[in-house]
Amino acid sequence: MEQQIVKVKNKKGVRVIPGFGLSMGVTLAMLGCFILIPLASIFISASKMSFQEFTEVVTSRQVMSGYLVSFSCAFLAALINGVFGLILAWVLVRYEFPGKRIMDGMIELPFALPTAVAGISLTFLYSDQGWIGAAFDKIGISIAYTRIGITIAMVFVGIPFVVRSVQPVLEKLDRQYEEAAMMLGAGRTRTFFKVILPELFPALLAGFGLAFARGIGEYGSVVFIAGNIPFKTQIAPLLIMSKLEQYKYSDATAIALALLLVSFLLMLFINSLQIYMQKFSKA
Amino acid sequence: MYVEMKDICKTFDGFQASDHVSFGIEKGQMAALLGPSGSGKTTILRMIAGLDRPDFGDIRINGIRVNDLPGNKRGIGFVFQNYALFRYMTVADNIGFGLEVQKKSKAEIKTRVEELLELISMEDLGKRYPHQLSGGQRQRVAFARALAPDPGLLLLDEPFAAIDAKVRRELRNWLRDMIERVGITSIFVTHDQEEAMEVANQVIIINQGKIEQIGTPDEICFHPKTDFVAEFIETERFSGKGR
Ligand SMILES: Nc1ncnc2c1ncn2[C@@H]1O[C@H](COP(=O)(O)OP(=O)(O)OP(=O)(O)O)[C@@H](O)[C@H]1O
Ligand SMILES: [Mg+2]
Repeated sequence: MEQQIVKVKNKKGVRVIPGFGLSMGVTLAMLGCFILIPLASIFISASKMSFQEFTEVVTSRQVMSGYLVSFSCAFLAALINGVFGLILAWVLVRYEFPGKRIMDGMIELPFALPTAVAGISLTFLYSDQGWIGAAFDKIGISIAYTRIGITIAMVFVGIPFVVRSVQPVLEKLDRQYEEAAMMLGAGRTRTFFKVILPELFPALLAGFGLAFARGIGEYGSVVFIAGNIPFKTQIAPLLIMSKLEQYKYSDATAIALALLLVSFLLMLFINSLQIYMQKFSKA
Repeated sequence: MYVEMKDICKTFDGFQASDHVSFGIEKGQMAALLGPSGSGKTTILRMIAGLDRPDFGDIRINGIRVNDLPGNKRGIGFVFQNYALFRYMTVADNIGFGLEVQKKSKAEIKTRVEELLELISMEDLGKRYPHQLSGGQRQRVAFARALAPDPGLLLLDEPFAAIDAKVRRELRNWLRDMIERVGITSIFVTHDQEEAMEVANQVIIINQGKIEQIGTPDEICFHPKTDFVAEFIETERFSGKGR
């Protein structure tokens, strides 16, 4: 709401908040230095290849399977995070229990942990000999070195995004909507799915998008548990790394560029959906 | 529906919001809960609705104690102060929500929604979303939504508070006529004495969680029982004129 007012005023040339020029300058400089220039360098180094070379690298069987692994696992992980992140946020906002603060603080741990440490401990836990892995091994499911393992690692790194997107919205959500639904005779399930979920959906979508993007780009915590079996559990970022290790820089940037384009389109789609949903929030 | 409150007490962290409140409202009556801000009007309304539980005392609807009955089983309509319309549903879906809960058929819901849209003179606006409506229109939708499942009792919390003075008087008369036409027992909360006197046929005056007087508008105006009532009516009469 406030932003809208600022925007309107800016069009008329009257500025509510001073320092627009300065702050915009800083914003553009930051965006340029840390996002646009590095990204542009990818384009530039990829453009040294001919189009044919580019498509050859990008559509090779190994790379295609890497994309498939990365996107499918990240998508599944983001879905799982969407469900469990929502439940986690719900519990943290709506219930009082001892240790709530500690639990709340633990949400960010996957951020603080060096990803390699996370990767190694996850592998240790989920390998056939690990605590959790051994139990699943008995019923014939192996987790480490399969796509299940990759998905679990991505769930681990992605969960904070969903929780932290949903939590503030849920905190601000007016109880009157739920009470109104109740007074119209609705039970808890209907109230949740018809009234609360639509309110949380934009935030949930944002969290989903962030978790998804993080899953696609994630390297450190995934490579160990993935096992990197060609055509099965090689993720796209690993392929980039291995190209780099072979000094095939242009191949690496080609893979990165295609990954980047697809991710960008996905994020664009998710954000547009979110903006579309937000037009309802004025009332 | 006949509503009876008997010796109701409610405290919030040691603060006594309702203090031995007792009153009865006959079927078909339109009662007003009138009192200054913070006097405990909303608290009483919420307890009747089943949104809050009294610590002590009985709430009876048609002679049956409903203290332990959850709000969604009481058959009561509630119009919230800021309407609480569902933002992601169209006007028609908002009104139809309570009917859908009752598992009515699509056709039945459609006819009932159209009937209510006509009642509130918004026939053409069923496909709009709440953010595309004016304040008065939103209020009428909230009213229609609460009426849709055919409740036996209608509760309204400061139904005109969010509406500017001019439209307010108009809407107030409209609401009274509507409620008379539907013939539903109703209780509304207000801190505006003019509003209470004009709309209700029974006024309950509350101060600091206690009932000061119950009576018809005439009784309250001409025979105030306590100093508080006399003073409240006096001061409100002066300050309330301009609204
Ligand atoms: N959930 C709650 N927790 C603590 N105190 C509460 C709660 N609800 C109400 N109260 C207190 O109870 C008293 C009565 O509140 P209530 O909302 O019933 O007043 P009201 O008459 O409706 O006032 P207003 O006209 O301002 O809406 C107030 O002093 C309020 O601070
Ligand atoms: Mg109130």
